[in-house]
Amino acid sequence: MTSQLVPPVEQGQRRSMPLPRPGTKRRSLRHGDRYWAYLLIVPTAIGLTVFSIWPALQTFYFSFTKWGTFGGHEWTGFDNYTQVVHDPELLRSLWNTVIFSVMTLLGIPLSIGLAALLNTKGLRWVSVYRAVYFLPVVTMPAAIALVWKLIYNGDTGILNQFLAVFGIDGPHWLSDPATAIYAVGIVSIWSSLGYNMVLFIAGMQSIPGEFYEAASIDGAGTWRQFFGITMPLLTPTTFFVTVITVINALQAFDLVYLMVGKASPAIEESQTVVYLFYAKGILQGDGGYAAAIAFALLALILLITALQFRAQKRWVHYE
Amino acid sequence: MTRTHSKTKRTAFIVAAGLAAVTTLAACSSSSDGGGGGGDGGSGPVTISYGVWDDTQGKVMQQIADKFHEAHPDITVKVQITPWDQYWTKLQTAATGGAAPDVFWMNESNFATYASGGVLANLSDKLDGSEIDMSNYIDIQTEAYTFDGSVYGIPKDIDSIGLWYNKALFAAAGIAEPTGDWTWDDMVAAAQKLTDPSKGQYGIVAQSAPQQSYYSTIPQTGGQVISDDKKSSGYDTPEAIKGVQVWVDLVNKYNVSPTLQQMTDTDADTWFTSGKAAMIFEGSWAAAEFKEIPYAAENANVAPMPKLDQPGGVSNGLGNVMSAKSEQPEAAWEFLQYLGSKEAETAQADAGIVMPAYKGTTDSWVKAFPEFNLQVFVDALENSTQYPSSMNSAAWQDPIELEFNKAWGGELTAEQAAANAAKIMNDALAAEK
Repeated sequence: MTSQLVPPVEQGQRRSMPLPRPGTKRRSLRHGDRYWAYLLIVPTAIGLTVFSIWPALQTFYFSFTKWGTFGGHEWTGFDNYTQVVHDPELLRSLWNTVIFSVMTLLGIPLSIGLAALLNTKGLRWVSVYRAVYFLPVVTMPAAIALVWKLIYNGDTGILNQFLAVFGIDGPHWLSDPATAIYAVGIVSIWSSLGYNMVLFIAGMQSIPGEFYEAASIDGAGTWRQFFGITMPLLTPTTFFVTVITVINALQAFDLVYLMVGKASPAIEESQTVVYLFYAKGILQGDGGYAAAIAFALLALILLITALQFRAQKRWVHYE
Repeated sequence: MTRTHSKTKRTAFIVAAGLAAVTTLAACSSSSDGGGGGGDGGSGPVTISYGVWDDTQGKVMQQIADKFHEAHPDITVKVQITPWDQYWTKLQTAATGGAAPDVFWMNESNFATYASGGVLANLSDKLDGSEIDMSNYIDIQTEAYTFDGSVYGIPKDIDSIGLWYNKALFAAAGIAEPTGDWTWDDMVAAAQKLTDPSKGQYGIVAQSAPQQSYYSTIPQTGGQVISDDKKSSGYDTPEAIKGVQVWVDLVNKYNVSPTLQQMTDTDADTWFTSGKAAMIFEGSWAAAEFKEIPYAAENANVAPMPKLDQPGGVSNGLGNVMSAKSEQPEAAWEFLQYLGSKEAETAQADAGIVMPAYKGTTDSWVKAFPEFNLQVFVDALENSTQYPSSMNSAAWQDPIELEFNKAWGGELTAEQAAANAAKIMNDALAAEK
């Protein structure tokens, strides 16, 4: 199971640098070597414990408490979780998160298409194109949000000015409850396109060229080759990207925070679960309830990821 | 033998390197406490921190701090500027860990939370025989920074709301500029004449920010946002509903204002300062901002809020407070007294950043902006009431804004939104102890 989560980039490298296959009996480590191994992971382990594991455990504990503003807390048992189950605001934000996740998943076929185009042999300026599509990945979310807010502005934005050419009166994309979540979703797709594209290009380049040679000798055209060879052999990458995309989408926060914001008339229709966590915990000082929301979300992510791992047996091909 | 030896040496090296890293980290964290080795004040030079959130004001605060340093060479004040968006989050975390700045800014919404949470030093005992006389400050500000009968903050500044208008647009439409005699209906009539959809021009920007809208009108319709004992909400009274209704009507009935969506995409001030809206309810603080925008500096002026049923208004203002856990309480108190002195309060006015809370110093603020009729804001203080707040204002403020936004957007009537708001506030107040 674990070996299958390894990004396919490394599977591609396997050809040149063979790694022991899972299940192969490894040379057992001598006692002294093991000691060194532990010593070397100590710094990382300390960092992980102090900054991730311990806070996570504390958050779990706090999810059963009511939080005082300045550190005090009292045990309230399952009260917060009862509230989680009955909160219409949380239900709405869950729905928003689902819409957002489905939208970002639609970005995956787009990235595959883009990767296929930019993997074409003999394409000129290929690294320029790749850099252009990758730029949003290395751009700060705050900068992305700012620029897209200007584009989406209902009165002065270029999107509506463009639509006006065709006689369409565009909405206030980010402030209209009916469109805000989709407007944010599009930006999210746009900004993750480059990252997924790089993974897919790597996946495509790890497919042995002989397959294509054999196929063209048999008379298969470009499209046939794409759907008959590229897509099936790309499924490990597709699976990896899908899992990561869903996890990221379920944790979406920054674009909603930066582009919609707490005073917007569209915030209730576009806030994600993590945004609600922020609003409850940080803005309204209800840390205990926010902690319960976080753990409800964790449970959901675990469930969905487990389902994805079950489903992959049906559609993912490992060579 | 040699092998073991070299191994031990290597281990020793790694352990030493690790220890060095750890001690460096420790050194970093202790130096960032800001206090440094001065001990318990009085003896030798000390450094104290002063937490503020405004960039422009931060520079003036540093000048005031430098002036203080000249008179007290032993005390150095470091002004720490944290942007507004992070100020309260950071302060809350720092206060929880006992590491709040020695002296810092407080606002009325958060004051009771921090005073009741034991974060702020009780100043009442120190006031006797000190240079501070609380009667020197505008009364509602003194009250605002008193909790449970004790003083926890020295008023720094105060604000009030006025009707800013665009002289050029009024002249172009041939309408007389607003005066102190204007009624609400006069304003609506003018706004209707100034609205011109073909030019994308509106009569007024009816923003939904509480202080510039219903907090200002509810006292004028005889209502209350929160009861005097801060135990119940006044939103569901007919008077308060009227105070909200007048705004909703500007947007949805008379259509003389941009919609809430338009005001979200392009903020309310920008509608006004770009000449796309002829009037706006804005605070005294806007004077400094409008002065920096050439178009606004040339065309804007301000008049009193138009009359509703009775005189009224709302004022907010900052206070300087000191941390209960300051390691340099004497130096901090010394600095706090200076911040509350007539000299320091006047320095803020001269720099034109805010209207000081010290009685009789507002004149220098009015003179700092000869292009605007700022006396309007000073006169408004006479009828101003305290900014609505309770022990845990944060629990109800944002959620209530969202409810009223729905009235602005036409999803709810003012009455329905007010009923929801009252419920939110009453539930939150009941959860306070």
